[in-house]
Amino acid sequence: MNPFSSGTRLRDMIRAIRACKTAAEERAVVRKECAAIRAAINENDQDYRHRNLAKLMFIHMLGYPTHFGQMECLKLIASPGFPEKRIGYLGLMLLLDERQEVLMLVTNSVKQDLNHTNQYIVGLALCALGNICSAEMARDLAPEVERLLQFRDPNIRKKAALCSIRIIKKVPDLAENFINPVAALLKEKHHGVLITGIQLCTDLCKVSPEALEYFRKKCTDGLVRTLRDLVNSPYAPEYDIAGITDPFLHIRLLKLLRVLGQGDADASDAMNDILAQVATKTESNKNAGNAILYECVETIMSIEDNGGLRVLAINILGRFLSNRDNNIRYVALNMLMRAITVDAQAVQRHRSTILECVKDSDASIRKRALELVYLLVNESNVKPLTKELVDYLEVSDQDFKGDLTAKICSIIEKFSPEKIWYIDQMLKVLTEAGNFVKDEVWHALVVVISNASDLHGYTVRALFRALQTTAEQESLVRVAVWCIGEYGDLLVNNAGMLNVEDPITVTESDAVDVVESAIKRHASDLTTKSMALIALLKLSSRFPSCSGRIKDIVVQHKGSLVLELQQRSLEFNSIIEKHQNIRSALVERMPVLDEASFGGRRASSLPNTVSTSNGTAVKLPNGVAKPSAAPLVDLLDLSDDVPAPSSSGGDFLQDLLGVDLAPATQSEGTSQAPKAGTDVLLDLLSIGSNPAQDNSVSTPDILSSAQDHKPAIASLDVLAAPSLTQASSSTASNMMDLLDGFTPAPPKPANNGPAYPSIVAFESSSLRLTFNFSKQPGNPQTTTISGTFTNLSSNVFTDFVFQAAVPKFLQLHLDPASGNSLPASGNGTITQSLKVTNSQHGKKPLVMRLRIAYKVDGKDVLEEGQINNFPRDL
Amino acid sequence: IVHKLIKLQIHFVLLISRQGKVRLTKWYSPYSQKERSKVIRELSGIVLNRGPKLCNFVEWRGHRVVYRRYAGLYFCMCIDEADNELEVLDIIHHFVEILDRYFGSVCELDLIFNFHKAYYILDEVLIAGEFQESSKRTIIRLLSTHDSMVEMAKEEATSIGNMIAQVTK
Repeated sequence: MNPFSSGTRLRDMIRAIRACKTAAEERAVVRKECAAIRAAINENDQDYRHRNLAKLMFIHMLGYPTHFGQMECLKLIASPGFPEKRIGYLGLMLLLDERQEVLMLVTNSVKQDLNHTNQYIVGLALCALGNICSAEMARDLAPEVERLLQFRDPNIRKKAALCSIRIIKKVPDLAENFINPVAALLKEKHHGVLITGIQLCTDLCKVSPEALEYFRKKCTDGLVRTLRDLVNSPYAPEYDIAGITDPFLHIRLLKLLRVLGQGDADASDAMNDILAQVATKTESNKNAGNAILYECVETIMSIEDNGGLRVLAINILGRFLSNRDNNIRYVALNMLMRAITVDAQAVQRHRSTILECVKDSDASIRKRALELVYLLVNESNVKPLTKELVDYLEVSDQDFKGDLTAKICSIIEKFSPEKIWYIDQMLKVLTEAGNFVKDEVWHALVVVISNASDLHGYTVRALFRALQTTAEQESLVRVAVWCIGEYGDLLVNNAGMLNVEDPITVTESDAVDVVESAIKRHASDLTTKSMALIALLKLSSRFPSCSGRIKDIVVQHKGSLVLELQQRSLEFNSIIEKHQNIRSALVERMPVLDEASFGGRRASSLPNTVSTSNGTAVKLPNGVAKPSAAPLVDLLDLSDDVPAPSSSGGDFLQDLLGVDLAPATQSEGTSQAPKAGTDVLLDLLSIGSNPAQDNSVSTPDILSSAQDHKPAIASLDVLAAPSLTQASSSTASNMMDLLDGFTPAPPKPANNGPAYPSIVAFESSSLRLTFNFSKQPGNPQTTTISGTFTNLSSNVFTDFVFQAAVPKFLQLHLDPASGNSLPASGNGTITQSLKVTNSQHGKKPLVMRLRIAYKVDGKDVLEEGQINNFPRDL
Repeated sequence: IVHKLIKLQIHFVLLISRQGKVRLTKWYSPYSQKERSKVIRELSGIVLNRGPKLCNFVEWRGHRVVYRRYAGLYFCMCIDEADNELEVLDIIHHFVEILDRYFGSVCELDLIFNFHKAYYILDEVLIAGEFQESSKRTIIRLLSTHDSMVEMAKEEATSIGNMIAQVTK
């Protein structure tokens, strides 16, 4: 006989698979077996059905597809014998899960088995139901399960209890049916029934307030008694673990008492004595005892306050924390984290021990401890704690540095008592772990530096010193390069010396050296190099004596293969060479960055900054804000860093360039004007027209064409008070403000804000949905979509619900819509913002399915569609 | 794998050999086939690479995984963050002791060739991700009843087969 036909025994197949030396061999064996099993299925072979299913389960465990065997499970379950049913139910649990529709077909068989005369078959059905039942099955079979809670054999009762847990979790409405039978289970002596009954009771209390009230009144005393009897019970070999009788039962009792005691002083009172007894008398030299203590502490912390007990609990945690067993220390950290809300003072007492745990060799413990330390920081201890953490940063594991850095930065930002301390600590972090510092963190640092005018000199000198010791940390290099560009003069003349500083001697050429090495540094990325180029441009004006040398460095990049660098190199070179007269005005020190808008970027943006970024938006007639700004603004690298939010984009440029552009910029009402303004500037700087701009202008834009029909004044209004569709683009560019301050806009359109054309995502006879897109800089994968619904019919839509679905490689986040009723005939809109993250960015385009439900005159309407016309590269 | 899992004590059980071979998987929360292989791959990477003296818990995607090594086998259980890790260690040990009693000093080969029996045993320890029975004796007794029912059915089948054979001879 062919050894791989369905005639092989299970054992032989497993042997054959184990004998395979390569994955290809294994696949071949599995393929043959699967083919044979399929053939047997097609012939409706009965004799080997259970063997074949067993084989399939093994194959399934190896990770091969076995869906074709699902119906075999159902057939086995429907057969009369125990052995067939046993393997059939096992297959059901293994090969299927609750989401498969095949499962519905089994409901009837399960129902019959729940009523079977053979109690072991009843047990099989209960087990399968408990493990995989869906909400529908739960509804259908709940009465059977409820009845089985009173079955004569305790082994069925316990299975029914666990099955009931699944049922009430799937369908909480069914909870009340179980209250009475469960009350009976709590009085049982059989440990299995008691354990499962208590668990069911706990879950009932969680889903149903009535159940909680009922059990609290009727059962608290009984449960306390049960726990007392258990704690004081003599040695029972059947349940003994490390000298304790049934720790599992202990723990479940403590959990239920916790639920009953929480928020109820009387119930809490009733359990105080026994909790004290458990907390003091439980042996803590073995895992089982500690598991009970752990649960007991948690219960003490959760129920109503009894001072004495809490002290006891915190002491137990203190003991845990100094235990030599890593597991015990781990759970102690865990518990302290929860205890912090109850008694922060007591947890603070263990601060030094916790801090030691941050330095543990065990990654799990380190991580826990770091989380805890983070919660312990407050205004009074921030300095010593930060110092400890920063010191540890130096010696910590590479793979821990990321987490540690993020936490330290967050602590510094949150609790910094003064600017100089903030700057000092951040510089330390940048020096130690600059490569782990997130962009927004060093951006925030630059904003703080910019605002601390009395510390400019101090900071730039400190950064210069730091760069002497290490040049390996990217973000340190960036911040240093930025500061040297801005405050290079203070570096050289030692201006604004603080008492704590040692004077240093830095020549102009030393300062240029540092920037030059940053640009030549092999590891520097585009951002750093571009920042260095700008710093050089600025230094060329600050240090006229070095101007020639700087020009040489800048020129070296005119052949760069990176477009951005090449462009900057050419432009800057031209400024240095030909435009001496405006250079100093061009590269003036950056105005102070507005802390409120940059610092609180994650919070809601201020109206001020919205208007600022609108200043840029104004430059383009069609609301595609950024691209127009790109050639000019990018060159000057100042675009959005408007200090005085009141000034319009035009004024600002005027200020900067010292060129009278006022007439051009003020007549922006006509769509031609801004372009003209840009052209003037372009001419000034002798730069040819930029392809990026052409692109942006020629980008088809549905929204804008719609706007074009409006009078120019109207579109100005729109820009002044941004409509909802534009709000997203202006916030997006607002988010970018900071970045633009000192990083180049990389050549990718991703960084240029809403460079994507809007689309009509969906249109039916009665409804239109348009999408506007924007991206945040540095995060090309994520697109913020602002959707606008317009009602094209003459009836009001109410109960408007929008749903969207995306394939697996996308992640979708929907914000709440602006409303749920849509006025007729386009007299208003609903906006809905969505965020999509494309894990296959650059490889796959966005795609989305949507479903829109609403009511017209009380009648339900459902519209569905798929959006395939997303712009590419989203 | 972004899941809003219903609160359970145990979301899944995983047995992995030191070589990374899966010996048993039991999912109490819904994970698709794809997610399952991803979970297994990720967790074996984490758990197998941990040193011997470290604690038995790892944090993973907002959950805790409690694991314990017995000879060349890692027993892993994934639980909610707020649950009692120490107790889960005892549950693992409870399961292993029952395997040991059932097979008579269990070894990895027992679990490979009798993998279905390992599942039957697990089904007596846990249902719906919750703990079922603390008495090892009760569980062993139930399992042997089940086994003898299977044996009886087999004998019956052969004797009926013989009778049919005799009649049709």
